[in-house]
Amino acid sequence: MITAGIDMGSRTIKVVFMESLDVAGAPQLKYGVKGKHIMFPDELDPDMAAEKAYADALAGAGITSGQVSRIVATGAGRKQVKFASEDVTEVGAGARGAVFMCPTAKTVIDVGAEEGRGVKANADGKVVDFAGNEKCAAGAGAFAESMSRALQLSLKDFGEASLRSDKSIPMNAQCTVFAESEVVSLIHASTPKEDIAKSVLDAVASRVCAMVRRVGIEDEVVLIGGMVHNPGFVKSLKEALGVDRLHLPELPEYISALGAALIAAEQSA
Amino acid sequence: MTAGEKKEYWRWEESCWTDDSKNWRDAKIITAGIDVGSVSSQAVVCVDGELYGYNSMRTGNSSPDSATNALKGVLEKSGMTLTDITYVIGTGYGRVNVPFAHKAITEIACHARGANYMGGNSIRTILDMGGQDCKAIHCDEKGKVTNFLMNDKCAAGTGRGMEVIADLMQIPIAELGARSFDVDEEPQAVSSTCVVFAKSEALGLLKAGYSKNKVIAAYCQAMAERVVSLIERIGVEDKFFITGGIAKNTGVVRRIEKLLGTKAAETKYDSQIAGALGAALFGYTLMQKQGAAAAKAAA
Amino acid sequence: MIANYGYKDGSGEYYISIDTDQCIACSAQRACLTACPKGMFEIISDDYDEEVAAVKPNFRRSLGFDCSDCKPVGGYTALPCSSACTPGAIKHSW
Repeated sequence: MITAGIDMGSRTIKVVFMESLDVAGAPQLKYGVKGKHIMFPDELDPDMAAEKAYADALAGAGITSGQVSRIVATGAGRKQVKFASEDVTEVGAGARGAVFMCPTAKTVIDVGAEEGRGVKANADGKVVDFAGNEKCAAGAGAFAESMSRALQLSLKDFGEASLRSDKSIPMNAQCTVFAESEVVSLIHASTPKEDIAKSVLDAVASRVCAMVRRVGIEDEVVLIGGMVHNPGFVKSLKEALGVDRLHLPELPEYISALGAALIAAEQSA
Repeated sequence: MTAGEKKEYWRWEESCWTDDSKNWRDAKIITAGIDVGSVSSQAVVCVDGELYGYNSMRTGNSSPDSATNALKGVLEKSGMTLTDITYVIGTGYGRVNVPFAHKAITEIACHARGANYMGGNSIRTILDMGGQDCKAIHCDEKGKVTNFLMNDKCAAGTGRGMEVIADLMQIPIAELGARSFDVDEEPQAVSSTCVVFAKSEALGLLKAGYSKNKVIAAYCQAMAERVVSLIERIGVEDKFFITGGIAKNTGVVRRIEKLLGTKAAETKYDSQIAGALGAALFGYTLMQKQGAAAAKAAA
Repeated sequence: MIANYGYKDGSGEYYISIDTDQCIACSAQRACLTACPKGMFEIISDDYDEEVAAVKPNFRRSLGFDCSDCKPVGGYTALPCSSACTPGAIKHSW
């Protein structure tokens, strides 16, 4: 049996197919990832985009739509995925996917482009408690993205630059818009780019950390979402949380879609 | 403008005014208030506790220079010199950096005092929408603050948020208000509070076929809703007065009035001078007190 | 005067409200100064020349984060600052 999870995010659409492996035991043994696909639909209208991403994903995985027994959608635009059988919140899908990838996780931190959240999950990947910051860019990737633009660095170079700095310049502005002017004045003051990058990523990390503290930080901690790819952020977050280990699963940006596919599989089992 | 030069749509009008019906040379006490804000700086000169002149301009890189330049405008227009002014009070974000000030007072107290003069002593609630902050103030009949809050953490609901949309739409900021009413129907407010997200939402609306004016209307409505949600904490008691740069944006003001169900009091002066005016009036009161004390001591 | 320090952003409303009329003749010996683990309070001379408590400027834009240590899940009732202020001048909005 094959099921699909579609994560309709604010910037990207992720599709994951899960295949039931007919082995008894933990979900990690029972299901495997059949295929995955990501799309950046800048110019498409949202209704079309979901269908196109799904069709591309099917082609990529070499399966037909008839083989897929159930589709579950998640993400900010999940209601726009008209052909899904059901939709689940990204909090639930993210936690389920994260615990699947990292079975010992109790605390799931999800930092994407436009939102950051902390989730406390049980061993089944069900949400016990969560705190989010979806309406302010300051606690999410958008903050770092906006500042990397001001520094004329790619997000990747920005994250790597931060690793080369051992300074901690406090960022006074709490708002992305105001922080831009602060970064500009740091640039004018000839502050090295790596120090500015670290200051920015420390600021995002401390905000995310404070948010996670609202649900409690319980070992082990796993980080999902696009910011996993930013090594500078990962380091800053580790320091802010005060934990030795921060799990970084493979396929971090697909975790929510994977969670949705897993939920679909369990529903139809 | 030469080709390739970027037009600055956010740039607002500076203003300079003096009351030529008054002769400052006859005055007993001349005081000045200098409000150095994050975005704009104002100087106000009062003669015997009455508004005489003001100058409002963009804040430069240095607070002391901005303060000096703002006051220079009024001095040059009136032929006054700094030595004619008995007392100067600094206010605003850069208030401690006004080189010739005798004292600094927060902009909260100064806005209340200035609004009390501009809108009359029945003003109870003041909303100041500045360049990088938003304040809600409740005051008594003397213009003394009884309750206040200031939000300078987030750009939503500030002039900065307006500048962002002016730049995005490539429409001069002074035109935004009028344009926001030139729509076939009033749109829903932009749903994001955060300026960063509202910006991408506005772009999305344009893509979805909204006219520029309609996007501006949706943004003005969001701004009004944001500001109204901020003042809820203080409560709105009539009369109600709006100061600061956004008071000039009818698109936001009319929508705030509609949400609150009350009209903002009118003023014939520039809404941005309230802080500096309040500072100058504080200076006058202080001088009067000192004069009275000196007279008492002499007697 | 009620002085509200803090902010409201997309994630919520975070204000510490101080009823400064209670500060003028403080009956708690300015306990707020030592009660806050982060030392967020200070005594200032306000615009009307009264000696009153205020939240230090560098904390005003980050209360939602700075106060999180005193606000563990569930244990909301005993904030060190408002408990120490026996006249009841200090209130949190969240």
